[in-house]
Amino acid sequence: MGAQQDLSLFVRHREGGIEGLELAVEGMRCAGCMRAIETGLKSDASVLSARVNLALKRVTVEWREGVLRPEAVIAQLAALGFKAYPFLPANQHDSEVAQEAQLLRYVGVAGFAAMNIMLLSVSVWSGNSSDINPLTRDLFHWLSALIALPTAAYAGRPFFDSALRALRAGAVNMDVPITLGVVLALGMSVVETWNHSRHAYFDGAVMLLFFLLIGRYLDQLMRRRTRDLAGNLAALKSESAIRLQPDGTTIIIPINAILPGDVVLIQPGERVAVDGVIETGRSKIDQSLITGETMPVMVETGARVHAGTMNLSGALTVIVEAAGAGTLLDEIDRLMSQAVESRSRYVHLSDRAARLYAPLVHTAALVTFLGWMAFGLPWQEALVIAITVLIITCPCALGLAIPAVQVVAASALFKNRIMLREGAALERLAEADMVVFDKTGTLTLPEPSLLNIAMIDPVLLGQIAALAAASRHPLAQAVSRAAGGPRPMAGAQEHEGQGVAALLDGDEMRLGSVAFCHAETEALAVGTSYPSASLIAWRYRDGCVVLAVGQSLRPDARTCIHDLKMRGLRLAILSGDRMEAVAPVAQMLGISEYQAGLTPGNKLRALDAWTAEGRIIGMVGDGLNDAPALVRAHVSLSPISATHLAQSASDIVFLGDSLSPVATAIIIARKARRLMLQNLWFAVLYNAFAVPLAVAGLATPLVAAAAMSGSSLIVTINALRAGRVTMIRQGGEA
Amino acid sequence: MNIILILFPLALGLGLAGLIAFFWCLRSGQYSDLEGSGWRVLEDDDIDNSPPAAVVLPEQR
Repeated sequence: MGAQQDLSLFVRHREGGIEGLELAVEGMRCAGCMRAIETGLKSDASVLSARVNLALKRVTVEWREGVLRPEAVIAQLAALGFKAYPFLPANQHDSEVAQEAQLLRYVGVAGFAAMNIMLLSVSVWSGNSSDINPLTRDLFHWLSALIALPTAAYAGRPFFDSALRALRAGAVNMDVPITLGVVLALGMSVVETWNHSRHAYFDGAVMLLFFLLIGRYLDQLMRRRTRDLAGNLAALKSESAIRLQPDGTTIIIPINAILPGDVVLIQPGERVAVDGVIETGRSKIDQSLITGETMPVMVETGARVHAGTMNLSGALTVIVEAAGAGTLLDEIDRLMSQAVESRSRYVHLSDRAARLYAPLVHTAALVTFLGWMAFGLPWQEALVIAITVLIITCPCALGLAIPAVQVVAASALFKNRIMLREGAALERLAEADMVVFDKTGTLTLPEPSLLNIAMIDPVLLGQIAALAAASRHPLAQAVSRAAGGPRPMAGAQEHEGQGVAALLDGDEMRLGSVAFCHAETEALAVGTSYPSASLIAWRYRDGCVVLAVGQSLRPDARTCIHDLKMRGLRLAILSGDRMEAVAPVAQMLGISEYQAGLTPGNKLRALDAWTAEGRIIGMVGDGLNDAPALVRAHVSLSPISATHLAQSASDIVFLGDSLSPVATAIIIARKARRLMLQNLWFAVLYNAFAVPLAVAGLATPLVAAAAMSGSSLIVTINALRAGRVTMIRQGGEA
Repeated sequence: MNIILILFPLALGLGLAGLIAFFWCLRSGQYSDLEGSGWRVLEDDDIDNSPPAAVVLPEQR
């Protein structure tokens, strides 16, 4: 099929007649790849620039308008050995990046100010214990104020804004005590300096902002990173379709560019990329990604097909419908909107801490003030002590406690080929005490594979696979893959709906349906040992082999299930497939709870029943039929091969064929949660020591500075341990 | 004590210079790919690509 490709949708036009294209590149890991791609692309004289971003696994290519087609860039990358996918940067991306740069600027200013004020403060502290001239001290304090006040007004904005927003909404968040502490500390310090006092807290206030901004930046970094990687995922998944033009020619275009009403050609062996109604053609399709059912279904003109199904036997032309128009999709849509409300009730760990923390701190400060007044201290001095309580309890360590762990854990997950779509998913995953799996495409591989490979002579298999490679039928493709994808046999001819045949040394060699090869008797034996598999046969002269092709377990599925059991998680399978297909899988994996033949609604009800028992459920699924359950579950995971809808419904996406990322993700999440709680407890412990000191009026600026930086440092170092998860097993291929 | 009046602006000026350098780094996109930049240092194609005859003399730049 010599269809032309059209990627003009992805090309960005810049001023000066320059065109640019951004591509997500698969398999780019090291400096060698980076160099190969950049020099390889630049060797083409028409390419103006090619720059790789290794952290994001993307490459940006620019050329002068009209001299290069975007398809040529992809072809060139393919020649270099890299699979690249055009990438459409999201609109909100730019504002996201601007926000992050702004935050980094705040961090820079706060850091600069904190260091310079500390320079002055250390002189004052050492002078206070020897013989500093009061005039010099005042000068130093005024200089500190000169730096601190503009800095706080500039770099404190993220906190002030957020605190104001919260107060206006009648709520309290972590930024309220921060804002109060910073403002009061600065105000008090100005007054103290005015009165020629020995102590001023400019250093404490600015240092607090500095540490908190680092925490805020880490948080933002984490969110941007997950979003970028999710964008890459979308690009890697973005498929194309063959559109029939009105003049009868065909053109390959990305799905994003296909509109309702277009007519799309779907070849046998291809995955359907759109939802629509069949205009012409008749074929068997495999709907396992949609319903979980592995038995192929016959469809013809007028029938509805869904994106994600596999076209098995005949070519189809399909009129594209708007997404969500199908009856099945409507049903799933309705179920999903029902399921979604449970998720929004989750309260983040940090917010829960803030709700407890803020009132406690403010009461402590108030009690201190009233207590010292009752003790007979003038109100000015009592107020100063109360404000030092607020300063010293400012949630400096709390601000770092959770983001630092999240960032470290997310990069550990990423190294294990697991991508978080949302930061809070880590906390939710750690809480799960039950994991529910879908069968088709989740426990098993999404593509069929040759099951009785051990019973076939390898030499013979090579010959069979060569013939199989000549066919586009998915079952034949599975056979070809089993032998490592040999060169297709020359002169092979496809017999529509029956099989493929070729002449070899004057005799015909056939591969196809059991009837096509007259192998009914041989098929009987194989059929009984693989009841859920599809059978195809091969015949050449007297030789006859029956091949069982079907769903095989993902590699490492057994060890993953074993690991999960060891950690005390309850396991279950909810499948839309037949009982005969589900039971053997469950037995093989040692999962005692399984249900088969479920509709999407049934799956939701099963989850609800377990939730009512008090179980916290992690759902692993890939099909369209799993999407509502994925949304309803406390936390959800899906493999990269999952349908769009399932993937957008899940919190975590894992790459590769292996199932072990599921266990790895849970191990890392649990460790991360443990560290977050440790950090929070550390913050409590720190306050238990520091608050009495402050209440007693002993918290000098020196004590405050040491306590603040010390606690932040300890919390950060503790967070680094989240990356040191010693893996029990690394999944599949590296 | 007058030395402070000279030293302090000097210290502040140095700090500000650092801050401005940081802003410049930020603006020129040096923080957009922290992984790749580390490897780029090791590339020596800028040496290989220029044959000895075409060495760029400083005054030509």
